[in-house]
Amino acid sequence: MVDDQLSRVFAALADPTRRDMVARLAVGDATVGKLAEPYDVSVQAVSKHIKVLTDAGLVSQSRDAQRRPCHLEAEVFDLMTKWIERYRQQAQERYERLDAVLAEMRDDEQPTHPRHPQQGAAS
Amino acid sequence: MNATSSRYQVSIEADPTLPIIRMTRDFDATPAQLMRAHTDPELFARWIGPNGMETKILDWDATTGGRWRYVAGRDGEEYGFHGCFHEVGEDRIVQTFTFDGQPDGVALETLRFEDLGDGRTRLHAQSLVDSFEDRDQWLASGMETGVEEGYAKLDAMVAEL
Repeated sequence: MVDDQLSRVFAALADPTRRDMVARLAVGDATVGKLAEPYDVSVQAVSKHIKVLTDAGLVSQSRDAQRRPCHLEAEVFDLMTKWIERYRQQAQERYERLDAVLAEMRDDEQPTHPRHPQQGAAS
Repeated sequence: MNATSSRYQVSIEADPTLPIIRMTRDFDATPAQLMRAHTDPELFARWIGPNGMETKILDWDATTGGRWRYVAGRDGEEYGFHGCFHEVGEDRIVQTFTFDGQPDGVALETLRFEDLGDGRTRLHAQSLVDSFEDRDQWLASGMETGVEEGYAKLDAMVAEL
């Protein structure tokens, strides 16, 4: 279920307009009208973007009937950070193993042996 | 040479507009050495699998037009992977990658070894997967390792916000 939400988050952020909206909401809450101002699109189109962001859990809208300001849910980003960081850690571990293999290769190469990929060494 | 904790860190970028994962990582090695570690099956098997898993190479022809297949296993659990070497060049490998558990999926991987001089090389690895959904699942698979670590900075995608 966490993965589902993350898929929605990534999908929501795949759109440059929505990324821009998120960047602006990071500065502070804003109404849909305010958010729509810099874009050459209808308020309806902006509302659609807001809905995608809301469904992904990135943005919430308060009940305040008239203004309904949009608010960025920052903790979703914590989830993403953690998630990407774990993938990165896994890659890091893999490449540290490669470091060790490369270090051994360097040692092996010291004794005058020209470097030839040894073929068929596996039994 | 003692195995000091690595001075080089992987950086990862999940492209926001394409289902692509990009990674870069520096190594104390020449491009030729890195190439060898990626194409010699014995060397490759020693580093590719997760910690605690053993990698068995079942098929390996690291030449342009060749193919590969291996399984990573632990305690009777086995995970198989296979693909084709589309191109094995001087400083570049282009290959496909499929996880046997998801046989319809295929990623296109491009590895490039950039010579930084002084015996150092920067690896650029790019994976293009079928969809954002797949990409995100891939990233999520990293969670299985359950490494304990603090939060680090957001990578490129989030940093862009």
